[in-house]
Amino acid sequence: MKIKRSKGEIIFSGFNYILLTCIMIICLYPVWYVVVASISNSSLLTQHSGILLAPLGFSLDSYRKVFKNPMILRGYVNTLFILVTGVFLDIIMTSIGAYFLSRKGVLLKKPIMMMILFTMFFSGGMIPFYLTLKDLHMTNTLWGLVIPFMVNTYNLIILKTSFQSLPESLTEAAEIDGAGHLRILFFIILPLSKAIIAVMVLYYGVGIWNGWFWASTIIRKRELYPLQVILREILMQNDVGAMAAGVSAADQESVGMTIKYATIVVATVPILCVYPFLQKYFTKGVLIGAVKA
Amino acid sequence: MKPKGLLYRIKKDMRKNYSLYLLVLPVFIFYLLFKYKPMYGAIIAFKRYTPTLGIEGSPWVGLENFIRFFNSVYFKRLLKNTLLLSVYSLIFGFPAPIILALLLNEVRNNKFKKLTQTVTYLPHFISLIVVTGMIVNFTMTTGVINDIIVFFGGERSPLLQNPHLYRTIYIISDIWQEVGWGSIIYLAALSGVDSQLYEAAMTDGAGKFKQLIYVTLPSIMPTIIVMLILKIGSLMSIGYEKTILLYNPSTYETADIISSYVYRIGLLEQNWSYSTAIGLFNSVINLILLTITNKLSKRLSETSLW
Repeated sequence: MKIKRSKGEIIFSGFNYILLTCIMIICLYPVWYVVVASISNSSLLTQHSGILLAPLGFSLDSYRKVFKNPMILRGYVNTLFILVTGVFLDIIMTSIGAYFLSRKGVLLKKPIMMMILFTMFFSGGMIPFYLTLKDLHMTNTLWGLVIPFMVNTYNLIILKTSFQSLPESLTEAAEIDGAGHLRILFFIILPLSKAIIAVMVLYYGVGIWNGWFWASTIIRKRELYPLQVILREILMQNDVGAMAAGVSAADQESVGMTIKYATIVVATVPILCVYPFLQKYFTKGVLIGAVKA
Repeated sequence: MKPKGLLYRIKKDMRKNYSLYLLVLPVFIFYLLFKYKPMYGAIIAFKRYTPTLGIEGSPWVGLENFIRFFNSVYFKRLLKNTLLLSVYSLIFGFPAPIILALLLNEVRNNKFKKLTQTVTYLPHFISLIVVTGMIVNFTMTTGVINDIIVFFGGERSPLLQNPHLYRTIYIISDIWQEVGWGSIIYLAALSGVDSQLYEAAMTDGAGKFKQLIYVTLPSIMPTIIVMLILKIGSLMSIGYEKTILLYNPSTYETADIISSYVYRIGLLEQNWSYSTAIGLFNSVINLILLTITNKLSKRLSETSLW
């Protein structure tokens, strides 16, 4: 239906487009700045003052230095390890939990559900959790970043809600055919829940990729540091020393700057590449979660 | 039929559903080990814990750790900083995604709408380390924000060292990162508004603004109320991660919040029992706040968390 628009509405609409464009620019500009600065010539960058729209000169030197840094490669490998094992175990465990909670006619389901929900609202706190991990020998191992974080209760509830929305007749038919729970879960329910599983992979994956706090707390061996912890050293503690080696002291700061920006790009690009493809799924996840929450 | 005892019913159910219980056992153990064991471990808040004596072996001290915290010079400052940061982020951060959703809802060009969504969701996926790293670099004396301040005739200064600017920087960057992601839920609520309501309003001669006040806002009010209540319920649980990354001794006076203090005292200074007591105090206040807001929510909007 075509609605005739008044003059005021047209003005509002124009204003709205301009405003939203400004918001987009604000959202993107810091990211753009980082990318542009990372490929700029380092000495031109330090002399420059004000808004940066395009790269000043062009140099991939900083990237060469970043990729030559063995710690960054180490960090990538460690992060990939916890990402792959983590997402795999997270999905399995969360699916099992969600399957159990979505079943009908199980006597102890309610108390177990209460026990799980309670952890959303109350926890022992940071220090007892740390002491628990120490107790269980989860410190100084990459498994300590995987196993204690396998089930996120919020994700569990989203998945449970999603499983419950599947028609019951499907599982009933499978049961009559003599299928066990594992079979029903992995061959009937999961194939029907691809969209929500994609959401879960994204949520868990982004969480693991971006996680740093527990890694910096329980890992003492530098060779086990995941990417974000190394990134933190480079960005916050100005630890570009090794990478800026062979540069005169005066140039240290300017070279350090481009190295920092290049490191940010290297650590962020993988996530930004995946996310637009999953966009149509994750709105769904937010909504299922919100219905319950 | 005679009602049977609970134990009998559980036994029977266990026999009937044993494979299901067996399947869920790993998840059950996970919750015991990583959620309930730390809860039990929190009893060290009432003890003088030393690692060599262990949780059980350490001597009880009653409420000593709590009393020490309430009497400490930091208590008032931490409570004030925690609440102020939360309240400011509620006042400024809460309406932002609603406004963005309302603006997006008026866009008729679908391609433009999709593009805006993709772009505004993007910062949500950038890691905290990178976001705070950017903040640190942009706010340096030689950083881009100072360049802009100078352009408008201001003076250069290290912005992140200034305790008066800390909260502003924290909240603006928070809005920048989360406004798009937060708008998703309101956009969904907006898309559910019956278009006949708008048509009826237009026949009655209501302009855009009147439609907003009398149709749009009342329609999404339940969503707004639920989100608001959730936000109020978590006033005390504002995250420590960003604080730990952004603050420094020169801004402790406004930046240090309860959870970052727990981190410093506990993990860095290894004052185990004292920091656990402070954390426990925070958790309990949280639980109380959540229970109250949940009750309120039940009465006001018939939606509740449990």
